[in-house]
Amino acid sequence: MAEGARHAGTRSFLEPVTLWLERHLQTLVASLGRIARAPFGSLLTMGVIGIALALPAALGLVVDNARSASGGWQDALDLSLYLKPGIPERDGAQLSGRIGARGDVASARYVSPADGLAEFRRWSGLGGALDALKDNPLPGMVVVRPRAPAIGPDAAAVERLAGELRALPGVDQVQLDTEWVRRFTSILEALRRAVLLVAGLLGLAVLMIVGNTVRLDIDARRAEIEVVKLVGGSDGFVRRPFLYGGVWYGLGGGLLGWILVEALVLALAGPIDRVASAYGSAFALHGLGLRASVALLATGTMLGWLGAFVSATRHLRQIEPGTEG
Amino acid sequence: MIRFEQVVKRYPSGREALADLSLEVGRGEMVFLTGHSGAGKSTVLKLLALIERPTRGRIDVAGRDTRTIGRRGVPAYRRNVGMVFQDHKLLHDRPVWDNVALPLVIAGTPRRELDRRVRAGLDQVGLLGREGAFPVELSTGEQQRVGIARAVVTKPPILIADEPTGNLDPELALEVMKLFRSFNEVGVTVVIASHDLHLIEQFGARRIALAGGRIAGEPHG
Ligand SMILES: Nc1ncnc2c1ncn2[C@@H]1O[C@H](COP(=O)(O)OP(=O)(O)O)[C@@H](O)[C@H]1O
Ligand SMILES: [Mg+2]
Repeated sequence: MAEGARHAGTRSFLEPVTLWLERHLQTLVASLGRIARAPFGSLLTMGVIGIALALPAALGLVVDNARSASGGWQDALDLSLYLKPGIPERDGAQLSGRIGARGDVASARYVSPADGLAEFRRWSGLGGALDALKDNPLPGMVVVRPRAPAIGPDAAAVERLAGELRALPGVDQVQLDTEWVRRFTSILEALRRAVLLVAGLLGLAVLMIVGNTVRLDIDARRAEIEVVKLVGGSDGFVRRPFLYGGVWYGLGGGLLGWILVEALVLALAGPIDRVASAYGSAFALHGLGLRASVALLATGTMLGWLGAFVSATRHLRQIEPGTEG
Repeated sequence: MIRFEQVVKRYPSGREALADLSLEVGRGEMVFLTGHSGAGKSTVLKLLALIERPTRGRIDVAGRDTRTIGRRGVPAYRRNVGMVFQDHKLLHDRPVWDNVALPLVIAGTPRRELDRRVRAGLDQVGLLGREGAFPVELSTGEQQRVGIARAVVTKPPILIADEPTGNLDPELALEVMKLFRSFNEVGVTVVIASHDLHLIEQFGARRIALAGGRIAGEPHG
């Protein structure tokens, strides 16, 4: 006490902060050292945590990739206007121009019967067979891209647009093929929820794994804890190294989980690329990225801390020094 | 400094270790608790350390009624009571330095002061230079002195010791007792439980003799 007072004048007001930091850093490093001294058990715990974190992360990535793959289709969802047969090309192009000038239409493109046939010939691979046709069976077409996406909150506006276009003279049929996209999107949404549910359950599992490991750690150091309590260590002081232990387990587990997911992406990128290019798609499998990676590590760390906190608070309470002889 | 008022301690086993015990220890006094095994000496010290709580009666320490100290208050209370145990209760996987530094770290002593104070503590018990040794590398007497250094390194006003010389040969025992007296001489209130009457007789300190959980010789109530 007297010593403290003597030095008090020369001490920075930051002293309590640096003291606090110093003490925590010391415990942080010490608990890492303890883990390093018992690497097998610690790695086992981290491995289980890693798998528990990797599973929902990988599933989430699948959903994410599927969504970005389908995102292209949703944007490009066009209305196809089939014109009545016998409408001259000039009238068709004029109609297309008028539609393109509408406020709720982003663009409109006229496809003449000849162009349509050429296009069909190109991607159907039926070149020779089509030559056998005497007349071009295709009607003229106007491809309309609405300003609002055909899926989502503006779906009704697009429906209305389709109805109005159908009523235009010269238009035979309007086709808006959103049903399957809608179905696909709702499957994705259901999957996303399933992933959240799985993530929640596995998060709970991580809490239990860390909690159990910390309980074993506490049991193994019972005598030490009793001594620390005997010389005046508070519950918080006794608990601190176990909390940091939990943080290390969680962070290590998160890191292992991240490695697992990225390895999976790496392994699948090649085959998926080949499939995509076979379908003429530019789709490329994307990995976790910076944000999701940080989130994965942070989740692991937080769960590790929380599991350790709950477990240590519970079990340290039961250790009181010397009620025996 | 310490005052027991009609303290009864009954263990969960039903065994009554203290029966209506009243005693008083003045500030700066050195007192020996004597009595045969089972007389209740350890129980008195455990009550002082708040390791056990009395079944009935009241214990005041440093002017404070210990009944008012709740679970959360126990650690702070214990930091003012240095404790020495017959079995030392050292951390065996830590070197001497860590063992002695523990109460200082708990008390939040700045890191740069730690080494100086640990060495000062070890110097007082004649173990300066053994900071890096592990407890198993030390003799029983040396281990006991590490325990004493740990108990006094924070300069607590009260020091309690339960059979601190129980495992030592007479020469070492005498030395350890002298150590306690040197702390007493600088104002620390010291309570030592010991059944080694021969050793105690060499010190002029007051003796409180216990028998069957009472002051010896007092009539059964
Ligand atoms: N934790 C305990 N549970 C039950 N009985 C105990 C406990 N501790 C001590 N006792 C009993 O209380 C009595 C006094 O014990 P103690 O205070 O240890 O005496 P001393 O230290 O003088 O040998 C003894 O009969 C002992 O058996
Ligand atoms: Mg005893």
